[in-house]
Parts: sequence; structure tokens; C-alpha cells
Amino acid sequence: MIESFISFWPELWKALQETLIMLAVGLSASTVFGGAIGVFLYLWSEERLLKSPKLRFIVGGLVNVVRSFPFVILMIAAGPLARLIAGTTIGPVAASVPLSIAGIAYFSRLVELSLMDVSKGTVEAAQSMGASLRKIVFSVLLVEARPSLILGFTSLCISYLSYSAAAGVIGGGGLGDLAVRYGYYRFQTEIMVATVVGLILFVQLIQSTGNYFSRKMDKR
Amino acid sequence: MVRIESISKKFLEHGQVIQALQDVSFHVQRGQIYGLIGHSGAGKSTALRAINLLERPDSGQVLFNGENILTKSPEELRHLRQKIGMIFQHFNLLANRTVSENIALPLEIAGWKKEDIYKRVIECLELVHLTDKAQAYPAKLSGGQKQRVAIARSIANHPQVLLADEPTSALDPLTKGEILNCLAELNQKLGLTIVIASHEMKVIRKLCHRVTLFRGGRTEETLDVVNGQIHPQSAYGKIFVEDL
Repeated sequence: MIESFISFWPELWKALQETLIMLAVGLSASTVFGGAIGVFLYLWSEERLLKSPKLRFIVGGLVNVVRSFPFVILMIAAGPLARLIAGTTIGPVAASVPLSIAGIAYFSRLVELSLMDVSKGTVEAAQSMGASLRKIVFSVLLVEARPSLILGFTSLCISYLSYSAAAGVIGGGGLGDLAVRYGYYRFQTEIMVATVVGLILFVQLIQSTGNYFSRKMDKR
Repeated sequence: MVRIESISKKFLEHGQVIQALQDVSFHVQRGQIYGLIGHSGAGKSTALRAINLLERPDSGQVLFNGENILTKSPEELRHLRQKIGMIFQHFNLLANRTVSENIALPLEIAGWKKEDIYKRVIECLELVHLTDKAQAYPAKLSGGQKQRVAIARSIANHPQVLLADEPTSALDPLTKGEILNCLAELNQKLGLTIVIASHEMKVIRKLCHRVTLFRGGRTEETLDVVNGQIHPQSAYGKIFVEDL
């Protein structure tokens, strides 16, 4: 067991790196673009901010469309786009493209949800001070929603980890792919178990880190 | 200073039209503490919020220093609002900002320099006697202290008028007095004009110079407060005062 594990270490290390690449690219894209879309979805729904049922319907609908795709199919469908952006359709960087698309859609809803919990009164107070929309977003909404945004981001990270496992289908590699290839196809159960245990630990670590920072930020 | 000229406002709620204000007029003079009083739903809060256009009237005029502010651009309105302070029934402090950071917010919005903000925040804390709470978060404060922070925040940018929307209604009797004293002190010390919407007799007695009584979105009558007493002429006014 230990022997096979040691001989297997380079594979595992490579898979871990691939997973981390996918996480880094996907999470950055989701945070920036998903965050922005989430903020707008919220602003478009609020009477006193940027109320626009039309834009909300269109963009919200688009988000729903992306979210209703089974991830495996989204990944294949995003192939041409991956070629355009990453220059290739295989490998962890290419797999980051569909991952990012799914993550942007997912995170935008999480951000929207967090902002909906911010007390309307604080927004109104800022408006009574003559705050610009930009100031309301960055100094009030995002600050007041911070603990819940951190938990949302934590959730995103964990979903990402499980999405990235499916990246093996288009040669994205990563830990999940490793578990499937060696553990399932080659009947090396101990490899599969080891990888899954590793993933479990990884998820626990992400969640506790997220909880810790969220609690630390929460002054309510 | 603030002149409201026959404003009306309709709301659409669950498909029903509600006439929140109908032909409401009143006039607040500089240095005055002016009360908008009435039962809940009478329109006093809506009228108060029309002064800084948090509620935009459908018709009529809102004059601030003689200028109709309904015709101002969003940008001009933002600048105007920086000169109108406001406090709320539920304080509306930012939970994730400290007391100091809360008071600094309107100054950041108005584009003050960092050093100036720091100095002004301390001055404001002194005005409401909360210097020792500068670094605390709102969750650690009592209701009265929260409202005092809100007051400090509302006066930070030297407003010309302070709007107070039911400022004592969420507080216990003892704390109500604390807030009323605080507002009276600001009015005397700084000559701050205050418009206050409230349904509490104590507010009228201890604070107001002049009040307008609201009923069902209309103004019933306007009265001077003499020695802490009002003497309504209208039948409704008499009942209102007796009730309280």
C-alpha cells in the first residue's frame, strides 16, 4: 500500500497542481465577473437603485441557462470557446474555461443572495448622505455583506473542486480525474480511496477556513 | 429654510393605489425644531422623506433655501443631500464598521481629506458624549448609544437641517429622554434646524417649537408648542392629544 503510494506520488502531485491551476483561474474569473453580475442582479431588482426588470430578466435568464446545463455537457459545448481563449481544448487551462463559465453563473447568484440580506435601512442611510451608486456598492453593500460573501466564496471553492473532477472528460486532469482513471478504470482501489480522502480533507480545510474568516469579519 | 408646497404622493401597493400624501404644505424656519405628528400611516414619515427626496412627490414643490429641488439633476441632488442629515427609527448604522468609521462615512462621501475626517469624527463623538466608544462596533452599543452614533454621523458634514424619522420610537422611556436631550442640545449649541416625524407626545412636549398634525395623508392643522403644550382646534386634534 505504502509502496504503491510512493511510486504514485509524482502522479498525485501533478494532479494536485492541475487541480490548483483550475481552481486559481476559475475562482478568479468567478469572483470578478460573477461578483459583478451578482451586484448588478441585485441593483436591477431594487426600486431605489438601478431597478430594471428587463435587464434583470435577460441576464438572470442567461445565468439560469448556464446553471441548468449538466456540467459535463457545458464542458464539451465550451470547447470552441476554450480553444479561442486558451488556445487548446485539453489540459487544466482549457478546462478552466467551462469551469469559469459555470462558476461565474453560480457565484453571481450567491452574491445576489448575500446582498439581498443587507438591511435596506443602511442603503437608505447612505442615500440620505448623498452617496453615489459606486460608494453604496463598495462602502455599504459589499462591506455589510462581507461575512456572507465569504461563506458564498467558500461554497464556490468547494463546488469548484467537485466540478474540476469532471474536467477529466476533456483531459483537464486534476485529483478527481486521477481518482476515476486509476481507482475506477484500473481497479486500484487504494488510489481511489487515497484521492477521495485527500479531497475530503481539502474540502474540510476550505470550509473551516471560510467559516473562520466569515466569523472574524462578522461584527453584527 | 424648508418649504413644502402642496405635495401629493401615491403608492402602488399590491395593486392598490394608496394616497400617502395629499396637498401637504408646511414651512420650517431656520433654527426651528419642527414636528410632523400623527398616528402611524398618517403620512408624516413620507412627508419628512420628501424633504431630501427619499420619497419623490408626484406633484407640488419642495423648496430648500428657496430653490425647488425637484428639478435638480441626480448629481446636484447628491450634493444637496450631503447638507441634509438624517436619522432613523432603527438607526441604520453599518454593522461591520466601527463607530468612528460610521461617522466618517458621510465625510468620505462628501470627499473630505483623511486628516480632516479624523478630526471631525472626534469632534462629533464629543458632541454626543461617546468618545470612549470610538473603536466599538454598533452591536456592542445600547439602543440609545446607537442613536447617538447615528446623530453624530448625521451632523458630521455640517448639515443645514437634520431630518429625524421616529428617532425615539424604538427606545425605552429612559433612553428616549437621552436622545431628546441630545437633539435639544444640538439645536441650542449649533442652531441646528431639526424636522422630526413622531407619534410620541414626549417628543412634542420636550422638543418641538411648532408641529403639523397629519391625518390620512393630509395635514389637519399646524400649531405652536407653548410651554410644552399644544392646543388643537380641530376635533381630530383634540382626540389625538387626549389619546397620547
